[in-house]
Amino acid sequence: MFDLDAHFRLHAESLKLSSRRSELIARNLANAETPNYKARDLDFRKALATALGEGGGAVGMTATSAGHLGGSQSMNLDNLLIDRTPLIESLDGNTVDVQAEQAAFAETSIRYQASLNFVNSQLRGLMTAITGQ
Amino acid sequence: MSSFKIFDIAASGMAAESLRLNTVASNLANANAISSSKDGVYRARQVVFEEVRGALNGPDAGAAVKVREVIEAQADALARYEPGNPLADTSGYVYSPNINSIEQMVDMISSSRSYQNNIEVVNTSRDLMLATLRLGQ
Repeated sequence: MFDLDAHFRLHAESLKLSSRRSELIARNLANAETPNYKARDLDFRKALATALGEGGGAVGMTATSAGHLGGSQSMNLDNLLIDRTPLIESLDGNTVDVQAEQAAFAETSIRYQASLNFVNSQLRGLMTAITGQ
Repeated sequence: MSSFKIFDIAASGMAAESLRLNTVASNLANANAISSSKDGVYRARQVVFEEVRGALNGPDAGAAVKVREVIEAQADALARYEPGNPLADTSGYVYSPNINSIEQMVDMISSSRSYQNNIEVVNTSRDLMLATLRLGQ
């Protein structure tokens, strides 16, 4: 049978991870002036590989009855975080480079939009197949 | 809900930056407020930010930054000899706060840029979420 889950999985995971990454970047931007704050980012490649890897990295819920739906928990990203290395050390120990964060934020939002477009095309493709027109 | 966390993060940044802008405004407004005693003079205030450390995955992750404290500058008041001033003390001195207006202006610009960054985050995230809502249409 055609596996819908597998069909959408790559871009669904990519959307999830992109939104997590933009959260991290928003956090860095909000803390641009916080003394001793260390900027963090997500290792996207590793995170996506983990998400798509065996078991999807997500832990399914135990179904104790045939009627239960197998929801999934969100993946733990804590060990996929990387510290940013600043180009210039700042005196107060803050490692946020606002320009780099802005660029990263723009990049993530474009990636998010790209994934959305891919999902949309997949949906359109399926609709064409279903309606046969 | 976790998808809306990014708005809480940006909002906490905006709240912190607007307090910083308020402090700068207060410092600039009081830059010329003279006093007849050294202790009665206005002292420049400065906010110190602190990261809010919550679990990144937890439900209470929410805010990202908050104002830890507002510190007062320790710089001594500037004494000026103005015997004709009605506020002058017995030896003819008035005291004015030790506030560097240029430093304050620079702080203001830096603060408003950070505020704008947070607004940009909100706007972009909103657009992306609206696009997500239109998925499949």
